[in-house]
Amino acid sequence: MSITFMGYPRANGKYGARNLVAVIPSVICANDVGQAICRQVQGTIGYFHHQGCCQLPIDLKRVTDTLSNLGQSPNVGAALIVSLGCEGTDHERMVEEIRASGKPVEIIRIQELGGTARAIQAGIDAAQRLVQQISGIQRVPVDISNVVMAIKCGASDTTSGMASNCVIGYIADKLVDLGATVVFGETTEFLGGEHILARRAVGGENGPVGQKIYEIVDRMEKRAKAIGEDMRGGQPTPGNIAGGLSSIEEKSLGAIVKSGHRPIQGVLEYCDRVDGQKGLWIKDAPGREPEILTGMAATGAQFMMFSTGRGAPQGFPSMPVIKICGNPNTYERMCHDMDLNAGRIITGEKTIEEVGEEAFQLMLQVLSGQMTKNEALGYFGSMDIFCLGPVI
Amino acid sequence: MELKLALKVDDLDNVATIFANGIVDGTQVEVRDKKGNSETITVHGDVPYGHKIALRDMEPGEHIMKYGECIGAASHPISKGDYVHVHNLDALRGRGDL
Repeated sequence: MSITFMGYPRANGKYGARNLVAVIPSVICANDVGQAICRQVQGTIGYFHHQGCCQLPIDLKRVTDTLSNLGQSPNVGAALIVSLGCEGTDHERMVEEIRASGKPVEIIRIQELGGTARAIQAGIDAAQRLVQQISGIQRVPVDISNVVMAIKCGASDTTSGMASNCVIGYIADKLVDLGATVVFGETTEFLGGEHILARRAVGGENGPVGQKIYEIVDRMEKRAKAIGEDMRGGQPTPGNIAGGLSSIEEKSLGAIVKSGHRPIQGVLEYCDRVDGQKGLWIKDAPGREPEILTGMAATGAQFMMFSTGRGAPQGFPSMPVIKICGNPNTYERMCHDMDLNAGRIITGEKTIEEVGEEAFQLMLQVLSGQMTKNEALGYFGSMDIFCLGPVI
Repeated sequence: MELKLALKVDDLDNVATIFANGIVDGTQVEVRDKKGNSETITVHGDVPYGHKIALRDMEPGEHIMKYGECIGAASHPISKGDYVHVHNLDALRGRGDL
């Protein structure tokens, strides 16, 4: 018998776990107008990033690509682009690409409309139309192979690598075996464990995928070292150190456990979208939450499995984030933020497989509409786009 | 008195992680590996929940192993039972200062 969840069908053949109208400022300068629209219109979420102008062309392209792919992601049913009018991003391309994916899309331009208040009024009208247009879409049974799972660990301690990341590794293996797609990242947290990942690459350590893994880790390490400082103090974080992680190597070796055991098919760039690729993939993204969660949502992930030891509470505007907590003491303190207690592995009450199966069932419920704890609390406002160059 | 547990992940490891509260200087812990082998070690120093102890003596510069992989090098002489953390373990990666 096949495993299914209840998802929203999209015109491009994908399936969403949520059905939201995305309000997308094409530049930071349009955020306040976007926020006013979201406050008024039920069923909207906003991508309130801090980029989009006075950046190098490579970064302006990254911001445009990321916002366009967020608008095309399966949990988004329709999009409203909020443009100022003079920004560096290509807001017209965002409209064209999101429209080509079969979604209703509208755009408002603040300067052209005559300022803030008029733009807010036009934006509320447009968002209201879009919400009404998509709100009647019904969920249908969807085969599990249509799932794209993003994985990540944050606010880690030594329980992460021995409990919560093991649970996520169990789910990653199971989803890959069922024909689904799994994407992990946090290139900084490959340092010291990259040889293990490279050996798992399709074509082996010396093949193109294996070599690419070494290349992205080297690039990340060089970027950190270019300032001439010791990475310690930044990675591991003070919280990681208080939690018992002594070095970036120890953090990495615990972090990569969450990718499971299946072969690594390839490396995606930060803005890349998954279009039919199956199996386990790496996305070259840093470890910090707002940037990697944005990159993962732009991939087209319907949800994220997030492992934590010390207790990271945040989610993402359009992507449910399931918190798997490895530390039994943290779970007790923060059970209203943590979705599942993997600390029972540390205390010996449960095995990795037992908690893994609980997490798998929870995943199917969340994909079918059950809110995660951070969604119910509305703790999902922060996001940002990972850029390469300076603000100029 | 209840014996506190420490976990050794891989045969190559020379540290174990203690998942117990109230580990103070002189506490005896039972170090277990995945095969069920165990050894009782006396802890030197107060060790917080989730932190590590040495399973044998180590010289400065010697690689410290967990998960069967190198997680850094000893920065000071380490004795069996010593608390191992940033005060006597140096990362070897991401070091722009070296």
